[in-house]
Amino acid sequence: MTAAIRQRVRPRTAVDRFLTFLRFALTALVVFGLFAFLVQQFVGPDNPLTRFLNEDANRLDWDAFRGLLVSGLSQGSMYGLIALGYSMVYGVLGFINFAHGEVFMVGAMTGLITSNKLFEAGVWDDAFPVAILIAVLVSTICATLTAVLMERIAYRPLRGAPRLIPLITSIGVSFFIQNTSALLLGPGAKRYPLLPQWLRDDRGPTWLRIGGQKILVIVVAAAAMAALWYLVERTKTGKAMRAVAEDKEIASLMGIDVDRTIVTTFAIGGAMAGIAGILWGILFGSVTEFTGFLPGIKAFSAAVVGGIGNLGGAMAGGLTLGGSESLAPQLILEPLGVTGHTQLKDAVAFLVLIYVLLVRPTGLFGERLSAEDRA
Amino acid sequence: MSDTAMSAPADLAPARAPLDQDWRKVVNYGLVLGLALVFISLTGMPDGLNSRVIVEPWLSMGYLSLMWLPFAIGFAVTHEQVLEGMVQHKRGARELFAGAVVGLIGGLCLSLLVYLLDTRDLSDPLVNWNQPLLDFLTRDGSVGEGVLLWVGVSTALGLFGGLMRIVPALGSRLVRAVILTVVGAAAMEALIDDLSEGVWKLEGVVEWLYHPREGLEPAGAIALAIAAAFVVLWLGRQLKKGGAVYNLAREAQPLAVNAVSVVAVAAAAILLPIFLGRLTNDLLVNVGLFVLLALGLNIVVGLAGILDLGYVAFYAVGGYSVAILTSPTSPGISPTLPFWLAIFIVVGMATLAGLFIGAPVIRMRGDYLAIVTLGFGEIIRLTVRSDWASGLTGGAQGMLSIPGPDLNIGGWTLPLVGWTMPKLEVDLMGTNPQHILYVVMFFVAIAIYVSWRLENSRIGRAWMAVREDESVAEAMGINTVTAKLQAFVVGAILASFAGAVFAAKVGSIFESSFKILVSIVILVIVIVGGMGRIAGVVAGAFVLVGILGGPNQPGLMAEFSEYKLLIYGALLVWMMLKRPEGLIPNVRRSRELHQEEFLQDAWLRGEVDRDEAGSEATTDEGWAPA
Amino acid sequence: MSGERLLDIKSLSVTFGGLNALHDLDFHVDKGEIVSVIGPNGAGKTTFFNMISGMVTPTSGDIVYRGDSLLGLDPNQVTARGIARTFQNVRLFANMTILENVMVAQHCRTKVGVFGSLLNTRSFRREEEEIREYGKEVLGFFGSRLVGYRLDQTASVLSYANRRRLEIARAMATKPEIILLDEPVAGMNPKETEELTGLIGKLRSEWGFTIVMIEHDMKVVRDVSDRVVVLDHGETIAQGSYETVSNDPGVIEAYLGRPIEGNAS
Repeated sequence: MTAAIRQRVRPRTAVDRFLTFLRFALTALVVFGLFAFLVQQFVGPDNPLTRFLNEDANRLDWDAFRGLLVSGLSQGSMYGLIALGYSMVYGVLGFINFAHGEVFMVGAMTGLITSNKLFEAGVWDDAFPVAILIAVLVSTICATLTAVLMERIAYRPLRGAPRLIPLITSIGVSFFIQNTSALLLGPGAKRYPLLPQWLRDDRGPTWLRIGGQKILVIVVAAAAMAALWYLVERTKTGKAMRAVAEDKEIASLMGIDVDRTIVTTFAIGGAMAGIAGILWGILFGSVTEFTGFLPGIKAFSAAVVGGIGNLGGAMAGGLTLGGSESLAPQLILEPLGVTGHTQLKDAVAFLVLIYVLLVRPTGLFGERLSAEDRA
Repeated sequence: MSDTAMSAPADLAPARAPLDQDWRKVVNYGLVLGLALVFISLTGMPDGLNSRVIVEPWLSMGYLSLMWLPFAIGFAVTHEQVLEGMVQHKRGARELFAGAVVGLIGGLCLSLLVYLLDTRDLSDPLVNWNQPLLDFLTRDGSVGEGVLLWVGVSTALGLFGGLMRIVPALGSRLVRAVILTVVGAAAMEALIDDLSEGVWKLEGVVEWLYHPREGLEPAGAIALAIAAAFVVLWLGRQLKKGGAVYNLAREAQPLAVNAVSVVAVAAAAILLPIFLGRLTNDLLVNVGLFVLLALGLNIVVGLAGILDLGYVAFYAVGGYSVAILTSPTSPGISPTLPFWLAIFIVVGMATLAGLFIGAPVIRMRGDYLAIVTLGFGEIIRLTVRSDWASGLTGGAQGMLSIPGPDLNIGGWTLPLVGWTMPKLEVDLMGTNPQHILYVVMFFVAIAIYVSWRLENSRIGRAWMAVREDESVAEAMGINTVTAKLQAFVVGAILASFAGAVFAAKVGSIFESSFKILVSIVILVIVIVGGMGRIAGVVAGAFVLVGILGGPNQPGLMAEFSEYKLLIYGALLVWMMLKRPEGLIPNVRRSRELHQEEFLQDAWLRGEVDRDEAGSEATTDEGWAPA
Repeated sequence: MSGERLLDIKSLSVTFGGLNALHDLDFHVDKGEIVSVIGPNGAGKTTFFNMISGMVTPTSGDIVYRGDSLLGLDPNQVTARGIARTFQNVRLFANMTILENVMVAQHCRTKVGVFGSLLNTRSFRREEEEIREYGKEVLGFFGSRLVGYRLDQTASVLSYANRRRLEIARAMATKPEIILLDEPVAGMNPKETEELTGLIGKLRSEWGFTIVMIEHDMKVVRDVSDRVVVLDHGETIAQGSYETVSNDPGVIEAYLGRPIEGNAS
């Protein structure tokens, strides 16, 4: 059935006109902010335009810009890793697994516990690569288990329900895991052991010196992404996943075990989130029970921005989102004269989501969904 | 549903032998029970709730938090789905045995925890792995005593759970009534204390029931249990008769009876706050706020089927509008309008906000809409908090000295007659919970009226059609965009009322009151109450916010504040899995969610056409579209 | 059958990702006609309906109804102008009562807004009464099956044939001029089919509706149609009275060379 395919010919209703206005207004703000930024950078902060918008305008120097960009990209690659889980589950089951952010938190939490135990045993300082490998292993396993259990207990009984039902369920699951962590492990921030000095050193040529842990995060994320790509595109499991995503019924007629494939999907998404959890620990050094919530929602936004169901898109969306939330306050908001622009970092992430959905609802790289989910 | 409440048909197969069990199921349930017991112990709930005594000195809320489980799972394991054509056996020793085995397995798991607590130290990641927990589980005795205690108690309770399947319906009703009464009376101690204060003789009775410190006296508990049993056995029947009389009267004289009911409810609403103390009034105000919010969200989610996770945004709009308009110290513009005038502007602001947030999201897929509204909620909160907006909203410092609504409605003179309305000589400004309660009740009454009228109107039907199948609703001539926007705006206005009252009640406003958490808690209330049902939603707010507490507000059981979010999360999952229609289901909604079962029942009752050859009732629709 | 021209469709085409679902289709309906659209599966019949009712926007061409173009209108606006439809795979509001199903269909014929319902105004009550009565009248068209105690039952309890009937009633309740029936007798047994065939005739003779119908059952098509249009691969391959069309070699070929009569349901 193609009943719901709709193309808009021209704006007709007030709502349409309002949406068009919003699209233009947002685009204009972005363009204008960027223009003001460019003027401030290349003409100088003392010209009337810049001063008119922002009295305290200053040039942004390269080091600061690079810092923002790199931290944006490293965070973005983390979002990308989490976004893969959202994207795959949405592709296969057609619902938003709101609790996927908590899987990431479980990864970060168990990674933290393992690291601290290893630190107490002295392994962390003596043989860091071994320690981090163990930590990654433990957190990946725990995150995978969490994701699989979640599917088994909360989602499998709801297979075939209207899509809002599993979404509401997943909100409950998210709440449950968050508070379980607070109650079992105690509330508040918990610190990772300090990384060894050689890892924290800045590296690279003088004009491009980057903190070692950020390099590590980006490299690990890229490796995980490559492994996933291989798995989905080149193996039998991946083929089964793609078939189930396209049409569950036909896939099962073709002899694919749909339940098992769905579990695999959750497991892979969980593993990616577990790796992202460890990377979070390396990058920020501390974890709370709320660690999963905002990054989770942002990662979902990243998946939508990149085009849901599209794995490359998820990663690209993550980088886009991480980059924009890190850079946009300085590049767009500040030149526009918004005071305290860094406080609006999280708001920027949501604005990116809204903007993309307004301008290009299928995401930057196009969504890949089965026909029934597209409706 | 095969419930014990159902009168047993005559053609039952003989009871099975105790050992003729579905062992896999029994062991699984036992392990689930054990896991749950260990989990709850490690969350610190039993120990944390131990200070809340139910029957002094026998039973505390802490022990109850563990003890309800073997009972419930013992009851659950003996549940058997009986479908048409299946052999139905008589129930007997087999059920008891299954319950006991499940309880035993659970008790053994907990005993293992007791043993490990004593011998291992896992307190590093698990913060509740400590001596107090061990002491709690062993009742300050040795490990052996603890093991014996839990194996015994858990087995007994599991057996008891199984027993509930065997006893006739009246028996299980009795047990339910007794348990609910005793636990409820203990939970509502503060409320009852408050109510009885100053009332002749009642104060003495209440003092006799309760222990001086906290909890019921054993004698008091027994007296309450007997009273509850009496109510079930005798009063229940009388009440049913009374209800029948009421229904008859209502049929005969609908207007008069309705008028009397309305007057009675209004009188109770006016008189009740006077008899209540400050604490209870405060509690009821909190409950009322959430009733208001939940009724609003119920229109959006329950009727129109739009999952709005950023509902808190409208709550914030109401609160901040009132703060800016009425507080003399608000930064930026501070017109210091009176509350009642500000309310009109609040309605306007909420409408604008509803349209502004609604318009971009209204055409999105339902699940995208959920996340984007959540995003809008956060954007509004972050903006309000930021330095950028602090010139208007006070940023993170918030706004203070918001005057309450002025209820002093007197002093005016009727023209021509020259009669002057007597001025109520009470100070109704400020944050007195007793007076705010009137304001809350006023708005709740509005909300109930609005929900009720709209549900049974052209607009309400359009909302339901949109919820059922959007593209068909569109093809049947309903402008779905308008319909959804209307739902959004009506919901937004109700939430903004709640925000306005909240600001007036607290007297100050901070962004921290408007986190996503609030949206989710409101959603839990709506879902637990039953989407689309007014009475259910009100009841849901009373039970959840009144007893466990709201996101920032303590309930009657303040001890739960640490655990209530965990409970809310678990409740949400459980509701979606087991009873998506809520505790007090809307018949309509439950039909949607249990469509197949209903179809089957209807078929059995002969309500589905069977006279038409070749067209059997089809169940192929399965789940109705969202 | 030379009434006033109601619906005039001119060289309508639609493309889905390179696939020509409909190609250069011309079609017209006069007032009081019953036109059947037939064609093998995948011929584009349902797409054709979706396009008239505004659910799919054509790539090129025009749909003119009473002299005005329907292009760019939302489905609800098309319905408000007087074109109602049913769905091939019955899509009722399963959890609303039967009466509510036909009441909600009169949405675009009523106008009391939020305030009217809140204040319970006289016009609100009058309107409610009117749509309730009209709803019952429409349901009464199908005999006693959908009225009486049935009115307050949810649509989900209905049998398959009754669901189809309620779908037609719902379309009638929108007070249309043209009703588009998408396979109205699909899945019905011969007795029911015969009865409904008669009712379709009555829809015109008693209620004055103009009808466009997609149907696979050739007996029904023969019994009620004034004109038959045959689609194949998104194009009109034949048009005319049932006799003309059923003897058209191109049509017979489109149906894989089988004779149409008798076994094409």
